[in-house]
Amino acid sequence: METAFIITILATAIQAGAPVIYAAVGEIFAERSGILNLGVEGMMLVGAVSGFIVAVNTGNPWAGVIAAMLAGGLLSLIHAFLTITLHADQVVSGLALTIFGAGLSSFLGQNYVGVQGPQFNPIHIPVLSDLPILGPILFDYDILVYLSVLLIPLSAYFIHHTRPGLHLRAVGEDPATADVMGINVARTRYIYTFVGGVLAGLGGATLSLAYTPGWTEGLSGGRGWIAIALVIFAFWEPWRAMVGAYLFGGVQALQFNLQTIGITIPTYFLNMLPYLFTILVLVFATGERMKRHLGAPAALGIPYIRGER
Amino acid sequence: MNTPTARQPDIAVEMRDIVKRFPGVVANDHVTFIALRGEIHALLGENGAGKSTLMNVLSGLYTPEEGEIFINGEKVVFHSPRDAIAAGVGMVHQHFRLVPTLTVIENVILGLDDPKFRLKLEGARAKIQSLSEQYGLKIDPDAFIWQLSVGEQQRVEIIKALYRGAQILILDEPTAVLTPQETEELFRTLRSMAEKGHTIIFISHKLDEVMAIADRVTVLRQGKVVATVAIDEVNKEKLAEMMVGRPVIFRIEKPEIEPGEEVLRVEDLHVRNDKGLPALQGVSFVVREHEIVGVAGVSGNGQTELAEALYGLRPVEKGRIFLYGRDITQASTRDIIREGVAQIPEDRHREGSVGNMGISENLIMKHYRRSPVSRGPLIDWGYVRDFARKLVKRFNIAAPSIHTKARLLSGGNLQKLILARELSSEPGLIIAMHPTQGLDVGATESVRKQLLEEREKGAGILLISEDLDEVMQLSDRILVIYEGQIMGETPGEGADRNEIGLMMAGENRSGTGDTSLQRNTSNA
Repeated sequence: METAFIITILATAIQAGAPVIYAAVGEIFAERSGILNLGVEGMMLVGAVSGFIVAVNTGNPWAGVIAAMLAGGLLSLIHAFLTITLHADQVVSGLALTIFGAGLSSFLGQNYVGVQGPQFNPIHIPVLSDLPILGPILFDYDILVYLSVLLIPLSAYFIHHTRPGLHLRAVGEDPATADVMGINVARTRYIYTFVGGVLAGLGGATLSLAYTPGWTEGLSGGRGWIAIALVIFAFWEPWRAMVGAYLFGGVQALQFNLQTIGITIPTYFLNMLPYLFTILVLVFATGERMKRHLGAPAALGIPYIRGER
Repeated sequence: MNTPTARQPDIAVEMRDIVKRFPGVVANDHVTFIALRGEIHALLGENGAGKSTLMNVLSGLYTPEEGEIFINGEKVVFHSPRDAIAAGVGMVHQHFRLVPTLTVIENVILGLDDPKFRLKLEGARAKIQSLSEQYGLKIDPDAFIWQLSVGEQQRVEIIKALYRGAQILILDEPTAVLTPQETEELFRTLRSMAEKGHTIIFISHKLDEVMAIADRVTVLRQGKVVATVAIDEVNKEKLAEMMVGRPVIFRIEKPEIEPGEEVLRVEDLHVRNDKGLPALQGVSFVVREHEIVGVAGVSGNGQTELAEALYGLRPVEKGRIFLYGRDITQASTRDIIREGVAQIPEDRHREGSVGNMGISENLIMKHYRRSPVSRGPLIDWGYVRDFARKLVKRFNIAAPSIHTKARLLSGGNLQKLILARELSSEPGLIIAMHPTQGLDVGATESVRKQLLEEREKGAGILLISEDLDEVMQLSDRILVIYEGQIMGETPGEGADRNEIGLMMAGENRSGTGDTSLQRNTSNA
């Protein structure tokens, strides 16, 4: 009983963490380049609904995933154009994007609420999936969960150990210097804002095609905001974002499973838990950040205009 | 007329008839400049003489409207710093172009195409180490830039240029941020580079430095070349005259005055900086009437925080501040102003003036609450106009009218405006921070004279400056600050430059607590 309960919690945590990982890693890329995109929630919603619509109409969930990534990416380009080309305020533009994305997704999805569609199912790996304890915790997921885990080392390696990663960091920290050293600041920022949108869209698709298959209005339920909070908690590092995403997933899993073992806490309180947890994480993270030398990318949120220092 | 000079083998740089215009100014007016291989060539001139512009043209940042550039006899056209570096021209800017959160290696290879994807740093590390040995530029390739002192950061900039194969190295005011010892070290490096055949172009407005390091010197004035001369054909006075266009007096008369009563007393002051880290750690000193107390030190050692704390702009964590014996530690800035404290702030534009307001409005900024400037809630504009006209005349502020917006004034005139406002209230204490920074020789002279005049009238002056010459010339006593602590005190008269330099680098001569050096090494 006890073991089974813990296994369920861990397995649900990893499952529930996947969409948040995508969104958070995407936001890490955007913020590392100096662009704060508060539109993650909107991009996730539009990604989720576009992915679901395309998957339903083609019958192919992969087509849905690609559509979701494109939709998220396209939406992020609006933010990129406003903030990079027009030097608009990043906070305002990002918030507008979230509001726009919420509305757009409701509009697009109005005929798809409650519709059954194709979805990604857990992959059964012979032997491994049947292992006691380890099987259900590590080897009983759909492909999008595995890909989200794979994304972590890849993105960490990219940021810290490749030349484009070095340029990405330089642009986010000190765009004027990067410019003088021959790096195209605007292009770099466009690229990584787009990457952020693509990954947020993918996070949305993970919701509508795997985690909670189907479409309902406001499907992402604030996960985009949690992803943004996790980026701060993670000090802009993918590994820490993964830890944060699973912690969030774990709290969510508790919320579902406490009742099954007979602990009665009002559901409203449980619904609140992940967000309360996120606030605590932020308090803790910013407190620690003060003691560290490294924090947010120095140029985060500041438009770069050549010749103005 | 095609001069044969371009073909001469030992000419590394030839800039011919360069014209560069900015809206309203001709920054370079048919400038011809020649630098030889293996020489240290100083480019001397006042602020705004066009030195930096000329070198920004040479380093590919600006494109000139007219003129030609030859590198090693070959005509070149630069569209960007990349083109210039490909031709072997590297520039170390006054404000370093380094990303603080990246390591030395990462900064050196930033923007290069090699390595292609994976950051394999072994090759780069080896090359940096060999350059560092070859030229005596000691540096840890794996250190982060934020861990390095300003002097070390400058070495990284030089290595960055050498790494890219720079044969011609331009340094823009490289000594402005260095201690005397670091300056000596830099000079040794530059000499060894010149011996190895590099061409060093050294932008400066400091005559002593130019006399000490340069082989030849080109003097610019108002965008035009005055002359290019070998250094052994001139002396300091001649160079100054070429630079300013009239003879310059170097010694300012500073009459002996016995200091009077205590104006300011600071006891064990502790203050934190914007990051919440300790900026001042137990600073104590006294300023008396008729006395200029200089605070020397490399910038970023707590000077800004000291000035702000004294002026009530920054909370005091521990310790006390007394003005005429009255505790003002917790007093508001408004109270402190009322008590007769004047401030010449570090940043003339941000803290010293309101750019979009006129001269007269800026001049009454400290007086508007009281009669005769105000009558009840109303401001007497008639009085203000007279007041402003008087001050503009007395302080020699050059402007079309008293309504001219402050942001349109030149640095020198803006500083005169600030001085006029601050000194017109007949202050008992003046906190002057970098009062002549960025000013030309003439304006510098007049600011220094003003300060000495105030001293004679009886004010106590706290002079915070990075310009060691200025501190030594004006101060009655000199305090040296390092990492938020006073390292020691020397009389201004006959102060030992070397001694001050060592204290600026962290050697404690105050005899109280010898922990600073240890802390310094553990921080590095």
